[in-house]
Amino acid sequence: MDDKIMLAHGSGGEKYRELVKEIFLPAYSNEFLNPLNDSAILTGGEKIAMTTDSYVVKPLFFPGGDIGSLAVSGTVNDLAVSGAYPKYISVGMILEAGLSMSTLSKIVDSIARTAKEAGVQIVTGDTKVIENRGSSDGIFINTAGIGIFPKGRAVPQQKIEVGDRIIISGYAASHGMAVMAKREDLGFLPPILSDAAPLGDLTAAVLNNKNHIINAMRDPTRGGVAATLCEWVTTDTDIILYDNSVPVRPDVSAACSLLGLDPLFIANEGIILLCVPESCAESVLTSLKSNKHGEYARIIGEVRKGNAAVKAVTEFGSYRRIMMPSGELLPRIC
Amino acid sequence: MKYSIEDLIKQINFLADGAGDIAIMEVCGTHTASIRKFGIMSILPENIKMVSGPGCPVCVTSQEDISAAVAIADREGVIFTCFGDMMRVPCDSTSLYSLFEKGRDVRLVTSPMDAKKIAQENPEKQVVYFGIGFETTAPHTAALVEEADKEKIKNLSVLNSHKTMPSAIKHLLQADSKISALLCPGHVASIIGADAFSFVPDILHLPAAVAGFDAYEILAAILRILDMIHSNKTQCINMYPKAVTKNGNRKALELLYQVMEPDDALWRGLGNIPESGLKFREYYEEFDARYRFEIPKNKASDANGCVCAHILRGKKIPTQCIHFGKDCTPDNPVGPCMVSAEGSCAAYYRYRE
Amino acid sequence: MCLAVPGKITDINGTDAKVDYNGVSKYASLRLVEKAAIGDIVLVHAGFIIEILDKDDGEELQKLIDETMRLIK
Repeated sequence: MDDKIMLAHGSGGEKYRELVKEIFLPAYSNEFLNPLNDSAILTGGEKIAMTTDSYVVKPLFFPGGDIGSLAVSGTVNDLAVSGAYPKYISVGMILEAGLSMSTLSKIVDSIARTAKEAGVQIVTGDTKVIENRGSSDGIFINTAGIGIFPKGRAVPQQKIEVGDRIIISGYAASHGMAVMAKREDLGFLPPILSDAAPLGDLTAAVLNNKNHIINAMRDPTRGGVAATLCEWVTTDTDIILYDNSVPVRPDVSAACSLLGLDPLFIANEGIILLCVPESCAESVLTSLKSNKHGEYARIIGEVRKGNAAVKAVTEFGSYRRIMMPSGELLPRIC
Repeated sequence: MKYSIEDLIKQINFLADGAGDIAIMEVCGTHTASIRKFGIMSILPENIKMVSGPGCPVCVTSQEDISAAVAIADREGVIFTCFGDMMRVPCDSTSLYSLFEKGRDVRLVTSPMDAKKIAQENPEKQVVYFGIGFETTAPHTAALVEEADKEKIKNLSVLNSHKTMPSAIKHLLQADSKISALLCPGHVASIIGADAFSFVPDILHLPAAVAGFDAYEILAAILRILDMIHSNKTQCINMYPKAVTKNGNRKALELLYQVMEPDDALWRGLGNIPESGLKFREYYEEFDARYRFEIPKNKASDANGCVCAHILRGKKIPTQCIHFGKDCTPDNPVGPCMVSAEGSCAAYYRYRE
Repeated sequence: MCLAVPGKITDINGTDAKVDYNGVSKYASLRLVEKAAIGDIVLVHAGFIIEILDKDDGEELQKLIDETMRLIK
């Protein structure tokens, strides 16, 4: 096997076959993928969920994860928060010539490991190689994911209602801060760990209880908790966030204050936000806490009658408006 | 703690009652950010207003300095380093961030010393650090340059846009204004000392309080200001004794003035303010990026009709400016009040019909 | 202006101090302060320690607030 990716690896010829047989197949092996047909023939329920996502992460590896684990988690989580049971994913890769084979292997292993953890199978894939454009760590991943809806499972309507409680499943901002700290070489000791993880089991823990009504469920990725709340709020509601109740890991919280960043606006890949009627809020919280990714779940806010404002309320009664974030987050010093 | 935050709020309400309109200017970007974060405005009585003064160094950096930065960063062989805040400030439809997107080597740093490290790691490149900020940040740049000189690091220079706070406040508030008091910047004061703000009561005849940065500290300073107004006293009280002394940090100031000396400076929207900037002393001139890259020092005046200074003094509102919403927008700001999201013009623009 | 955050010196290494902020540490320069020791609570701005904080635990501020409480409804 060559030690670097070359344009020939994307040509469809011998080298391409070699790449598939030696790198991808051993890692992803399953009954749907192994025949290497043009498309995978799958089985599923009546109603399916489908999603697609692309990953262009810098750096490729960060404390607690890498582009591969992120691609699987991100795709799986999009399915999971739709109420589906994540089942199959595709992995398309665009590689830059010059990428080292060992880097690729590491990422492929990570994809395989995360898929196993998530209980999904990688059933189809594609690889193209483009000329080197100056970086030797160029790898872009595109995924598609398919989830099925078990019989009788209620699908979140993604519509909030007055009186609902807002629940967060765990610490906010850990993933975004881990990636930023690594990318900008911010020198935190010990390094800040990402919490990126596939959350299909977590959502299942909530959805499997037939008494739970889930009005909305999202994974607050880019734009953070703030963006999700701003998307949820409707013209005749306000979302009231109890400012100090949003859980943030102590090291992440310290890093946020050092960089002048608000954890509400930082990306997440290991938590979900739920909006549920008050009557089942405690029960949903208990279900979340029964899963390892939901240990720090908390009620962080509520929906009131209003006019499309998201407000964070402090314990001494003051409030601030939370606006839809815009642009890339950059550390502040002044 | 003897007094709770609720006690402070109660006393603020008591002292504000019947006191008429009071406008307190804060002159620190982090005060502005904290006031917003803690929702301070939402709990102050209606007659107490906070006004964001020219205290955000990013906002007051002149268009000329930013075009110098963009010109240098756009050169081959240059690594341009700056604080994250500075990256996005637009200048003629470009910015340091857009240069970065285009593939130029623009790097975000969180300390000037990062620039030294980058210079040492990239001896074949010219590394430029964009020095912005007031007395709190300027000694850092002085330390960087002093070390670079000692260690003979030849590929490092500084685009010096540092400014000093007292002269600018004096300049702005000496004219007739509707500002009733000043919330003094705690971290600037920790360097220059609380006494450096005694000109506020002595010359401007306004009460002043040096303030810390959490909700409690900010409210305590506002309370102290209201107490002075109530009892008709005009003093400068240090309400951040934990971090601020009378005379400040002598070691930092000595280093700062070993490397730099006062100079006139151009402030966005406020024009040229005498003795409100800092330039390198002759010995350190070779570290001046303008000198190294032969970029002439701007002498431009501010005769473009921007009324930010009047807005800050409370004498005009944004819509009375000829630029507002036309050639001055958040994407292409003319004055500082449009750069900062907390600035009056940006707020007016956001909520315009 | 100026974001500055308090932390605790846990180690000193030449002209740099390791400063702990509630579980995460970062090195900061000691060049702008006279004397700093392990255990000091310091204010850090842009990679430099700019001040060693008083250990009085806010007592002085309470006294200053006291003076505004003379007049009460």
